[in-house]
Amino acid sequence: MSAPAPPIHSVAAQTVAAKLGLKLGRPNLEVFASTLLELASADESIVVVTSDSRGSGKLVPFAKALPKQIVEVGIAEQNLVGIAAGLASVGKKVFAVSPACFLTARSFEQIKNDVAYSANPVALVGISAGVSYGALGSTHHSLHDLAALRAVNNISLVVPADNFEASEAVRCAAKFSAPVYLRFGKAPLYDLPEHKFEFGCSRLVRPGNDAAFIATGETVIHALLAAQLLEETDGLKCRVVSVPTVKPLDIDAVRDAASVCGAVVTVEEHMVHGGLGEACASTIIQGNGYKGRFKIVGIPDEYTVPGSQADIFHHYGISMIGLAETVRGLLKR
Amino acid sequence: MYTDRQLAYKSLQYRREILSVIKRAGAGHTGGSLSCTDILNVLYNRVLRVTPETFSSPTRDRYVQSKGHSVEALFVVLADQGFFPSKELETLCQYGSHFVGHPTRKVPGVEQNTGALGHGLPICTGMALGGKMDGADFRVFTLLGDGELAEGSNWEAALAAAHYGLDNLTAIVDCNALQITGPTREVMSTEPLIEKFAAFGWAVRTVDGHDLGELSAAFAKPLALGQPSLVIARTTKGKGVSFMENQVGWHHRVPNEEELAQALREIDDALELPSEAEG
Ligand SMILES: [Mg+2]
Repeated sequence: MSAPAPPIHSVAAQTVAAKLGLKLGRPNLEVFASTLLELASADESIVVVTSDSRGSGKLVPFAKALPKQIVEVGIAEQNLVGIAAGLASVGKKVFAVSPACFLTARSFEQIKNDVAYSANPVALVGISAGVSYGALGSTHHSLHDLAALRAVNNISLVVPADNFEASEAVRCAAKFSAPVYLRFGKAPLYDLPEHKFEFGCSRLVRPGNDAAFIATGETVIHALLAAQLLEETDGLKCRVVSVPTVKPLDIDAVRDAASVCGAVVTVEEHMVHGGLGEACASTIIQGNGYKGRFKIVGIPDEYTVPGSQADIFHHYGISMIGLAETVRGLLKR
Repeated sequence: MYTDRQLAYKSLQYRREILSVIKRAGAGHTGGSLSCTDILNVLYNRVLRVTPETFSSPTRDRYVQSKGHSVEALFVVLADQGFFPSKELETLCQYGSHFVGHPTRKVPGVEQNTGALGHGLPICTGMALGGKMDGADFRVFTLLGDGELAEGSNWEAALAAAHYGLDNLTAIVDCNALQITGPTREVMSTEPLIEKFAAFGWAVRTVDGHDLGELSAAFAKPLALGQPSLVIARTTKGKGVSFMENQVGWHHRVPNEEELAQALREIDDALELPSEAEG
């Protein structure tokens, strides 16, 4: 039910990606669904709960293969989370799957109380997150979810940047004995360099000390392309750090970037309030103090511009060109 | 197993302890704790297969108190069941105490953290569903307030529990006809409750929520096969203390010294009857 969208990367960006030898993979949602099917086939305690969302969650094959391990609750997100908490409390490894916009807003109190406060180890899966449903409008955007859930005790937040991180995140969540929120988008993603995933750790996708991009989820690729562009055009070596676990944050990596690099730019598919950027800002400021240059790139606090995910990214400078320009501006100051 | 008279005696003891605990803490939900005392008494002393020793067993029966504000009744009954020494209740609502004003799992015997209304029924629906998936024979009980039924999440769960035919689930409504603002029928009427739940596909029974025999019979087994059970317990808010009964002001009022003394006298007078028959 999504409108046709232009490609997320410009022709110029695709050229840079090709130069880096990056291969286009699948949407993270598909990786989530296939990884979960693989795990659940070997572990019958794994149960998926959906709110009329198995189609958008790419879980139709799961439902066909493992009909006893999927529970449908209908269009009732509060009940989705409550039932998931109850299932987890009697020993099920539960993945509660619903569009991120509804899951984290309508069921916020169930997440806060029934999952996090009661310590029921549910994996909440926010699908079509951020502005994946771009052109459907703000009802279907989740630009608040990281801010809202960062303010809740006892839940980890995982936002994978590519198929590798997505697969690792699902495997990790299946073994986890505490609440976790996983956030997946719909767009096919480039496979990023440096396959390393450790829960709570960031991933150094590209080294460099002139400036640092600290990015999460589907924005990391844009930071990587910008770093390559800046090296070619400006001779700048920019570090790119992917942050799959927004909470707990890799504090050491963030503070290291702030102390070594000439500027820090955070990038996220989320409102600039309360997400990765502000998490990094508070981490840096509460470290040894910081007088360097810092910029949060995300969706500003305004009526989000209408358009597809690609349009919205482009509009707010979440693109190779936009991010390169942000770094140039910061370093000029 | 307790006799009917012994059980009646326990209810009076529980009411005595509830009032004392609330007085000591300087906080509590007096009216609602007294209205659900008999329900909890029957559940823990006659129905639920759970003890401090079996509390971590996957096959134990589950009780989730959705109307979490009546926590004093739950804590007093759990102490009596041996989950913790009743002396610990002296710390209720005090700095650093796990005994806060709503149920938390930090307190032994508490299944789930509740207090925000409309959460117990969805959680218990999940528990009962999990039991069915595993072919386990445990039962799941939750206690709701009548005012609480205005929360929409209850009705989402009511649909799902019937859809999945969860006859291992029993929801009890402590139907004391009052809530903090006034009579439930004036604040937001939920009647006709029987017809509503029946239309949702539940097996429904109405009982006198202070009649231990009627409660015992209603909880003894599921009301029907293939359907969740709803027991509407018609209760009196503030039950057992003349000047608290049916008084909306006693929703969360704490008795002063004089009121506590009079309340305990009334309960002690009532205690004499069943206690004679005990030996
Ligand atoms: Mg009431």
